[in-house]
Amino acid sequence: MPVLDAIDLAIMRATQAGLPLTPEPYQSLATQLGLTADDVMKRMQYMADLGIIRRIGAVPNHYKLGYRFNGMTVWNVPDAYIDELGQKVGALDFVSHCYHRPRHLPHWPYNLFAMVHGKTQLDVDRQIASIAAILGDHNLGSDVLYSTKILKKTGFRSGI
Amino acid sequence: MLTPLHKRLLNDYQRDFPLSPTPYQDIALELGVSEEDVIDAFVELDEQDVITRIGPVIPPNRIGVSTLAAIAVPETELEAVAQIISAYPEVNHNYEREHRFNLWFVVIAADAQHLAQVLADIEQQTGYPVMSLPLMEDYFIDLSFKLDLHDD
Repeated sequence: MPVLDAIDLAIMRATQAGLPLTPEPYQSLATQLGLTADDVMKRMQYMADLGIIRRIGAVPNHYKLGYRFNGMTVWNVPDAYIDELGQKVGALDFVSHCYHRPRHLPHWPYNLFAMVHGKTQLDVDRQIASIAAILGDHNLGSDVLYSTKILKKTGFRSGI
Repeated sequence: MLTPLHKRLLNDYQRDFPLSPTPYQDIALELGVSEEDVIDAFVELDEQDVITRIGPVIPPNRIGVSTLAAIAVPETELEAVAQIISAYPEVNHNYEREHRFNLWFVVIAADAQHLAQVLADIEQQTGYPVMSLPLMEDYFIDLSFKLDLHDD
């Protein structure tokens, strides 16, 4: 993994709360960090080229946009097939995140996680059925965990 | 209520927000509106919490290390335990979910050692074991989540 220097990290910290909504946002950041706007943009471009920044843009709040049914779907699939299946599930346009995570036996048998978002329960039920169809016989068990309350949500990565 | 400009901004600028000295001006030119219109519309989206922010999105574990953690707490203690967990600066998401494991939170730390410390500390402070499920593979395919912005 490429090494970021302290200035790169300072830029990432400064942008996690959001770019300023002012005409020259990169200049505002640069002033705050003692850099030039050009430095800030070049370093962000570099991090984007390396994949350290996945994208730069508006981060929507699904819940506010009417997506009130947010399910964390979890599946138990054989490890031998998980990469192939995970890529197919991750490509579905209603899946916002799709991850392989470890099982935690005996309490937690699931190793594939896919976040789905729908405006109605029916939407989500259909989405879950689509995922189940892709997994087919490799689906050894599943569950859906709906969020009932968002207790904390911040884009701010204060741990870094 | 979202205006047509709000919807364009939401749909078209989840990625490719310009890395230029005047990004809002660039967007304004692309959309045929004024820079002020674009900034005002983003401010409205932000104030109404329709967007959480405009900025770089970092895939998991590219900067620092993170894990998804879960804890099973009796209903009567849920609120108190949730407050303890949310108070950690290293916790950036904390959701209540309908399951025996009813609190799910993401912990991000500078390194693995600090992450382990935070998890151990949460176990000690709450008195409940934490199940940590760190990411092993990310199956993200680069198609942004398609928003259905029809008014309903």
